[in-house]
Amino acid sequence: MEYVLTKNWHVPDQRKISVAEKNDAYSSLKKVFGMTPLQIIEEVKASGLRGRGGAGFATGIKWGFIPKDNKKPVYLINNFDESEPGTFKDRMIAEKDPHMIIEGMIIASFAIGAHTAFIYIRGEYHRPWEILEEALKEAYAKGYLGKNILGSGFDLDIFTHRGAGAYICGEETALLSSLEGGRGYPRIKPPFPAIAGAWACPTIVNNVETLSNIPYIINNGAAAFKKIGTEKSAGTKLMSASGHINKPGVYEVEMGLPIRTFLEEHLGGVWKGRKVKGVVPGGSSFAPLTNEEAMRTNLDFESCAAAGTSLGSGGFYVMDDTTCMVRLLQFTTKFYAHESCGQCTPCREGSGWISKIARRIESGNGRERDLNLLEDVCSNVVNGRTICVFADAMAMPVQGFLKKFRHEFEEHIRLGKCPHG
Amino acid sequence: MSFEFTIENKQRFEGYLKRYPQKKAALLPSLWLVQEQQGWISPESMEYLAGLLDLTPAHIFETATFYTMYNMKPIGKHHIQVCNSICCCLRGSEGVVQYLKKKLGVNVGESTADKRFHLSAVECLGSCGTAPMMQINNDYYEDLNEAKIDEILEKLK
Ligand SMILES: Cc1cc2nc3c(=O)[nH]c(=O)nc-3n(C[C@H](O)[C@H](O)[C@H](O)COP(=O)(O)O)c2cc1C
Ligand code: SF4
Repeated sequence: MEYVLTKNWHVPDQRKISVAEKNDAYSSLKKVFGMTPLQIIEEVKASGLRGRGGAGFATGIKWGFIPKDNKKPVYLINNFDESEPGTFKDRMIAEKDPHMIIEGMIIASFAIGAHTAFIYIRGEYHRPWEILEEALKEAYAKGYLGKNILGSGFDLDIFTHRGAGAYICGEETALLSSLEGGRGYPRIKPPFPAIAGAWACPTIVNNVETLSNIPYIINNGAAAFKKIGTEKSAGTKLMSASGHINKPGVYEVEMGLPIRTFLEEHLGGVWKGRKVKGVVPGGSSFAPLTNEEAMRTNLDFESCAAAGTSLGSGGFYVMDDTTCMVRLLQFTTKFYAHESCGQCTPCREGSGWISKIARRIESGNGRERDLNLLEDVCSNVVNGRTICVFADAMAMPVQGFLKKFRHEFEEHIRLGKCPHG
Repeated sequence: MSFEFTIENKQRFEGYLKRYPQKKAALLPSLWLVQEQQGWISPESMEYLAGLLDLTPAHIFETATFYTMYNMKPIGKHHIQVCNSICCCLRGSEGVVQYLKKKLGVNVGESTADKRFHLSAVECLGSCGTAPMMQINNDYYEDLNEAKIDEILEKLK
């Protein structure tokens, strides 16, 4: 397969602009400034690129939502919050090839008419932030950023904005609240950010990996990109692989790769010679797959959706056959209870309650009716009464664990302790 | 205990103001500057920022407390944050927390008596492939085991 994102990750000093330029960094810009913004948007639409931040929305279509008659400033925001448990791919792009991110942002800004762009990066990523700051400085010095870029007449500033430890700030409207200097509270949609985003101006929020695909699409054409992957999931996907496997790490795979192949050929199989009990393919917000389900599912949006889960942000983690699924759900729900922003009562109260029940079952004090109670609380948080889909992101794994590994929960309750010891 | 930015930080602050169409947006970066300068966000520093940014101290307090990384009280010199989230737990992060508690003689959320270390257990730090891991101040330490932890702490006198 052809590598779109990782082809220069092995190059020493690829972070430095002089080295990156030798490997084609910023070479797409000449072509870009010879095109109209509309042509670029059409090219991205034709490529079939879908967002890599979790929801998989078509990128070109999203860019096209910026109102045509708009008189206000337009903003591009690169969502580098990356806080979904299991996901660490965006960090690797920044550490290995930061100029690819900046190049993608320049093209996207030109296409949507933005002259100011922000990289919203989670506060914990201090070193990656320093790397990006250095890369931005280099790009300014070479005239790829600032006024009249490469004599095109196009001006663009890119700034970083550091978050400070809040998962919800990855949700695009919470991100905007945080960027504007307040609590990371999600906002009701519509209006969507493309109409009224940062400072009530049209705003496009894209994931780091999404934007990193753009230089390839411009250089090689939409058709070349569309040829990679599947019908509905074009291109490659960065998978962050962790858990009970022999070779964790970030892997670029062609969309459509069977999970079985990924596990056996890329990840070196399950550690300690054990077997798979469950796989979460797309990050903690989605339902786990059983071994049988995983072995007939592929890594692309449609196959994962058909299996009742999602490719999400590509946070792929594996549980071996000695894993206590009750304990894992306890960890999962602890996360969501900690991270609810607290604006909506069903989510604020429900997440705490769900986590409390999960903890109770794990500690051996579960009651028979607790499983139905968990299901009830879940259906009450995802009743469409919450401001954002965080509530869904919490309920989906809980419902998935209960459906697929119910016998383990029942056994826990019956024995009053963990059968795994 | 009044607070004021150093000359250098004042300059950085002025730079932040130029990035955004509204002053208020400079709040998160300004809080980072305060924390860098004195290690935590004191009431005096919030008053000070309120003056600079035309915000109420209440807004600043309310915002700062929403985020887990702003220290609302002084903490130890080396802030150890152990990732204790889903993927790290699969590879033994609870053992790391237990070991550090024993070794430092503190509970999670406490600083050592000599104020050298502060221990926290946090949610996903985005380093799942190198679990278990911890962050100490700005750096990640990965693929931890007890011997490695001993060695790391030894170097952080
Ligand atoms: C609770 C929650 C957390 C999210 N976290 C992230 C994140 O860390 N990074 C990200 O790119 N998108 C995240 N998203 C998705 C964003 O809201 C948004 O859809 C995405 O950044 C759009 O970019 P894309 O179209 O390029 O995928 C999150 C969504 C939700 C509901
Ligand atoms: S659903 Fe939860 S996270 Fe989303 S706005 Fe409501 S309380 Fe906040």
